[in-house]
Amino acid sequence: MFEIFGIPSQALFGQLLLGLINGSFYALLSLGLAVIFGMLNIINFAHGAQYMMGAFAAYLLLQYLGLNYWGALVIAPLVIGAIGIVIERLFLQHLRKLDPLYGLLLTFGLALVIEGLFRNAYGSSGQPYQVPPALQGGRNLGFMFLPNYRAWVIALSVVVCFATWFAIERTRLGSYLRAATENPVLVRAFGINVPRMVALTYGFGVALAALAGVMAAPIYNVSPQMGSDLIIVVFAVVVIGGMGSIMGAVLTGFALGIVEGLTKVFYPEASNTVIFVLMAIVLLIRPAGLFGRRA
Amino acid sequence: MATALDPAANMYGRKPGRSLAVAFAVMVALFAIGPFVTYPVFLMNALCFSLFACAFNLLIGYVGLASFGHALFFGWASYVTAFTAKSWGLSPELAIVAGMAAAAVLGVVVGSLAIRRQGIYFAMITLALSQMMYFFALQAKFTGGEDGIQGVPRGRLFGMFDLSDEMTMYAFVVVVVLAGFLLIYRIINSPFGEVLKAIRENEQRAVSLGYAVDRYKLVAFVLSATLSGLAGSLKALVFQLASLTDVHWTMSGDVLLMTLLGGLGTVFGPVVGAFVVVAMQTYLAPFGQWVLVIQGAVFVICVLAFRRGIVGEIARLLRVAL
Repeated sequence: MFEIFGIPSQALFGQLLLGLINGSFYALLSLGLAVIFGMLNIINFAHGAQYMMGAFAAYLLLQYLGLNYWGALVIAPLVIGAIGIVIERLFLQHLRKLDPLYGLLLTFGLALVIEGLFRNAYGSSGQPYQVPPALQGGRNLGFMFLPNYRAWVIALSVVVCFATWFAIERTRLGSYLRAATENPVLVRAFGINVPRMVALTYGFGVALAALAGVMAAPIYNVSPQMGSDLIIVVFAVVVIGGMGSIMGAVLTGFALGIVEGLTKVFYPEASNTVIFVLMAIVLLIRPAGLFGRRA
Repeated sequence: MATALDPAANMYGRKPGRSLAVAFAVMVALFAIGPFVTYPVFLMNALCFSLFACAFNLLIGYVGLASFGHALFFGWASYVTAFTAKSWGLSPELAIVAGMAAAAVLGVVVGSLAIRRQGIYFAMITLALSQMMYFFALQAKFTGGEDGIQGVPRGRLFGMFDLSDEMTMYAFVVVVVLAGFLLIYRIINSPFGEVLKAIRENEQRAVSLGYAVDRYKLVAFVLSATLSGLAGSLKALVFQLASLTDVHWTMSGDVLLMTLLGGLGTVFGPVVGAFVVVAMQTYLAPFGQWVLVIQGAVFVICVLAFRRGIVGEIARLLRVAL
């Protein structure tokens, strides 16, 4: 046990860890937003609601089908992602020729509907979800105590973020995707089914949000409003990072989680607002965002 | 970008002046008989939101800027009015001016940050900044945190009219809301307003014609914020309460819904939308969270099938400007 800047190491590293955990969720969610924005050119306001649906899917799968955490980690994103594809086919595909603002309004409406339905069914209080037995406990690293589950969340989100980046920037499928973003008409002329690709991309972005929801379920309580406040912070993260680059969204997410964690140590009153203040500063200095291209 | 935002409300005006004058007369008549038909408090609530939605429409309907953070101006103005009226004992008219001044200052700060980005980024920035100010309202001492500021005195207007009388208060609210409505109408039909519409239609062209687009956007933003603040200040006096509800992002969603449902870029749309949404919230209150579901569904329907809104559709059917 030692002190850094007069703060016990336990507290400092503990908050850093919490910051990294939050950062993992910021990274996963802003990654999903960036993927969706890149392909559909809309901001998915329902992202927070879909994250909440992922957490509830894990809870319900356990409650009614006895499916454990590991099963939910696979099934929940698939189910919620499939719902995402249905949403794209039913609603979003009709907005392609309109101002992107309408996509924001529509997904905002969807978020209200989803949150309202879950609140009706489960009330506002949270439902607990157990950490899976294999990841219970933790280890003492000497300077801090590291719970196994939290280490798992950080590791998994790094792997998922990297895999997504690799799939989009380094594979053939990803190159189709990027080409379709640049010029959908031309890519269609090459015989690639662009509308199907758009629907699958949206489904994938939604599945990322649901995966984050499953991962969050054992840490935060599973509650209907868990997504709506988070999504606003993620919007600020996206404004800071700029949505031009996948890697930028991920790095900004992790970095801001850490900054928030440190603020909790040194100036707790500002921990809720520090990301918004940073957003204001970035807008003054670099309006396009840290990784953004000037639109 | 924003041609889609303008559902062509003004395209059919054969004699635009006459249809607007008739609609205005009908509106004033309805406000006059309203309190004899239904509860004055319900009407005053809807009137405050009408002004709020009209101020919001000035920005989204006529400049094409979609703010997701207007609760910030509405809520903070209501805090300042409530605080100055209660703790400093300011008269109602001065407390309202203080609330509007606060909203104007916030409008300058938020507006100059947000106009640095366009389109959906603008929406996200305003939302994030309003969430930041929500947390300030939650933590600051003078706002009373979770309790809000309760028991705000309505006072005597200009030292003459006792606003604790329900009908006097109602008359005051009607006069202020109509004044705000006419001011907004005057703004959108002034040369300044024409430039705003030019920016909405084609920002690049407005730039190339030599207009300082950012300055026009900022002035429009501050005007919209200040008038939203006026609505919030009025509401604080009507309900004698300023609370966190008014600064929460759901309030920004509500005013967006009112404007969209009534008709973006129409003169009377926001008023109609505000009355419909407030009535919905009042009469559906016993159904709890279903209000949220219904509001969300209305959003989805408006965007998919009903982008002109109620007044926009009526104007199209009657081939007049409203």
